[in-house]
Amino acid sequence: MTQIVQTAPPAAPARSRYWRDDASEPIRRNVGLVGVLLILLIIGAFSRADIFLDFSRFTNNEVIVLRQAASIGVVAVGMTFVMISGGIDLSVGALLALASVWSTTQATQGYGPGMVIVSALVVGTLAGTVNGILIAYGRMVPFIATLATMVAARGLAQKISGKLTQIVHLNSINRLAVRDVAGIPLLVIIFLVVAALAWILLNRTTFGRQTVAIGGNSEAARLAGINIRRHTLIIYALSGLCCGIAAVMVTSLSNAGSSTHGDLYELQAIAAAIIGGTSLAGGRGTIVGSVLGVLVFTQISNLFVVNNLQLEYQLIAQGVIIVGAVLVQQFRLTTPRRGRSASSDPPHQSGPPLAESATGT
Amino acid sequence: MSTPFLELSGVVKTFPGVRALDGVDLDIVPGEVHCLLGQNGAGKSTLIKILSGAHQPDEGTLRLRGQEITFANPLAAMKAGIATIYQELDLVDDLSVAENIFLGHEPRRLGFVQRGDLRRRSATIMRRLGHPDIPVTRSVGKLATAAKQVVSMGRALSHEAQLIIMDEPSAVLAHDEVANLFRLIRDLTADGIAVLYISHRLDEIREIGDRVTVLKDGRTAATDLPARTTPHRDLVRRMTGRTIEYLIPPRERPLDEAAAPVLTVTNLTRYGEFEDVSLTVRSGEILGIAGLVGSGRSEVLETIYGARVAASGTVDVAGTAVKTVGSAVRAGVGLAPEERKSQALLLDEPIWRNVTLAALRHYSRLGFSNAGAETAAARDVTANLALHPADVRRRARTLSGGNQQKVVLARWLVGRDSTLKLLLLDEPTRGVDVGARTELYGLIRRLAERGVAVLLVSSEVPEVLGLADRVVVMREGRIVHEAPAADLDEDAVLDLVMAGSITAEPPAIG
Repeated sequence: MTQIVQTAPPAAPARSRYWRDDASEPIRRNVGLVGVLLILLIIGAFSRADIFLDFSRFTNNEVIVLRQAASIGVVAVGMTFVMISGGIDLSVGALLALASVWSTTQATQGYGPGMVIVSALVVGTLAGTVNGILIAYGRMVPFIATLATMVAARGLAQKISGKLTQIVHLNSINRLAVRDVAGIPLLVIIFLVVAALAWILLNRTTFGRQTVAIGGNSEAARLAGINIRRHTLIIYALSGLCCGIAAVMVTSLSNAGSSTHGDLYELQAIAAAIIGGTSLAGGRGTIVGSVLGVLVFTQISNLFVVNNLQLEYQLIAQGVIIVGAVLVQQFRLTTPRRGRSASSDPPHQSGPPLAESATGT
Repeated sequence: MSTPFLELSGVVKTFPGVRALDGVDLDIVPGEVHCLLGQNGAGKSTLIKILSGAHQPDEGTLRLRGQEITFANPLAAMKAGIATIYQELDLVDDLSVAENIFLGHEPRRLGFVQRGDLRRRSATIMRRLGHPDIPVTRSVGKLATAAKQVVSMGRALSHEAQLIIMDEPSAVLAHDEVANLFRLIRDLTADGIAVLYISHRLDEIREIGDRVTVLKDGRTAATDLPARTTPHRDLVRRMTGRTIEYLIPPRERPLDEAAAPVLTVTNLTRYGEFEDVSLTVRSGEILGIAGLVGSGRSEVLETIYGARVAASGTVDVAGTAVKTVGSAVRAGVGLAPEERKSQALLLDEPIWRNVTLAALRHYSRLGFSNAGAETAAARDVTANLALHPADVRRRARTLSGGNQQKVVLARWLVGRDSTLKLLLLDEPTRGVDVGARTELYGLIRRLAERGVAVLLVSSEVPEVLGLADRVVVMREGRIVHEAPAADLDEDAVLDLVMAGSITAEPPAIG
């Protein structure tokens, strides 16, 4: 019955609802992801009641899921840092393969399990540093720089291994994958520790704050006196370190080092981060979101496996999920205005200009 | 005078935190060249976007030949006969001239493009534009910029545009090409087509324009000025000048003439931007740099800050050589850059994080940050600046321009009350409303009286004269004059800014 008074400009309040709730947005998203996980389990319960409604079989199945998720999760944590800083790291899978192969050569294994682990971490970190140098000091676009190292690292891994699978004969390495601590698989514990450390680094240190600043507005960060190049270098080195950690995990799971390890990890890690709410444009993202993203992704794969669906369907589903997650993110970033809204002054500079391409001609 | 082709009245466009247009009136009659003048940020680009249908006004009306109209999208504006030629010329390089001219409305039959028809009609248009020399089958990427501009005009004609908006068309042209552009514009207007011509170059406006409208702070500051007879000085004054609608507080304590220089710049040079710039600023002194866009003033500021690398020359802040941003910040230098949003703020981050960004070291131990201490410090410093609303957890995006500027200033005050030595301010009041301006002026004054050296760049002459103790005038990358602010007046500075010398005679009568 009452008419809205026409004096106030109507557009401003309507638009402001897009960031009014921003502070709680990551939390709402994470609650949503937990909901998605529950739905996936319910789907499991309907499709394979024999597994999902039997306590011990269910537990066994979920341990498998978590073991798989652990290595991807460690890589995704590193990827989250890279993406929050506004970059991307396509080389993660290849770096993982390189680290696993390097650390499992006969020579390295001869020095014992400690050397295997240390060399995997060092190789991963150094390879990540190469990425960082190319991007920070060579001023290469992250996409291209890591695309190049992706191919090169995979090739180097093949060269070192002679394309052969390098069996690990060190029992202490092989046992990592099957050991439990207090009933929790060791690999999962490693994943959770890495995620917890990353959470602290992102949320409780100046390094994390500067990472967000660089991704949100690199020019502002530079003019505030932040050494962007050094920071970028460290971020890619950290991503490489995560690949090294994951390499040990994968090696232990498969009892072997191989140049085929980490296949499509870059895709899964990026997908997990996007599902978890990390912006492709940088400046926002959460560790918890990425962890949940990995769990969602792995649980979906698991549903396909336990229902005996072919791998092809699984790949198709993964593609669809990634597209869906990106679309959701773009929808949130794009203001609901028509026309060429992605101009220089008004609110959102980060969102891919969906509206623009729609009216571009 | 004939009825206007297009008439705007009271057009308002608001974006979050900024009122980009705040009451624009404009009428364009057939066959005229209507010039639109205004500084960066005056609202020209927003106005163009409204005229071309890319934005819709929040308030106000558009009338097309007397009929009220709204453009839902760019296509609607195009159909109404309004074509826009953007500075970056939105042509498709890999398509031919003819394909570009008819892009989106190619002559076709049964879905197939009538290639012969396309070529013939394009050739006709190019002949009409006096350029049969541009082959319509050539791909646009191979054409020179001037020729591309002609193609853009061809596209406008293919839509049978009655109004062509040209956004700084001469900016991309060499001198002799501008003459050709003007000949084209005259041909078009002779046929009754109106042109809205946007340019900074006053000489061009005098040569090609019929009437001038000046935009300032999103409002029509003046309209219906005769382009040929209005003196340059009047135009510049209307763009930059202000009536006394705000107060610049006077200095309370006299400047300590004996104070040691905080900033010493010697022969600073970046070829193509500025050359041989030397200046000093003492503790507690405000040095103003006056100059037009392109005079090199912002570049000088950023080079002093270490954000640009000098080709030669030195910057010394209280005995420390500054070469990088890091060394500048450590030496106690702060910068409030020209483009607040893109150069200074993390718009989606809360205010307190914006405030402490450059002082994280002060509020951390062993690399671990202390959000509580940061928030408290941000709250203190912003309360001193009368930030409104006074909630440091709000996102920077939600603040008005003036309050965003306060956040930027707070960044250099927080945790370094005693160590801030030099503040570099680039257009500190751009996009800031009148009330907040007064506050910012008071704030800058207080900082100076506390002993901070201030280097102020502004294109608003009264601001420079009112705030600064000493003024340096820059023109085409060089310092052309330096004098105490008390010895200069607005006219003298305007002459220096435009011509490099003070003319003795009074301005011509328009």
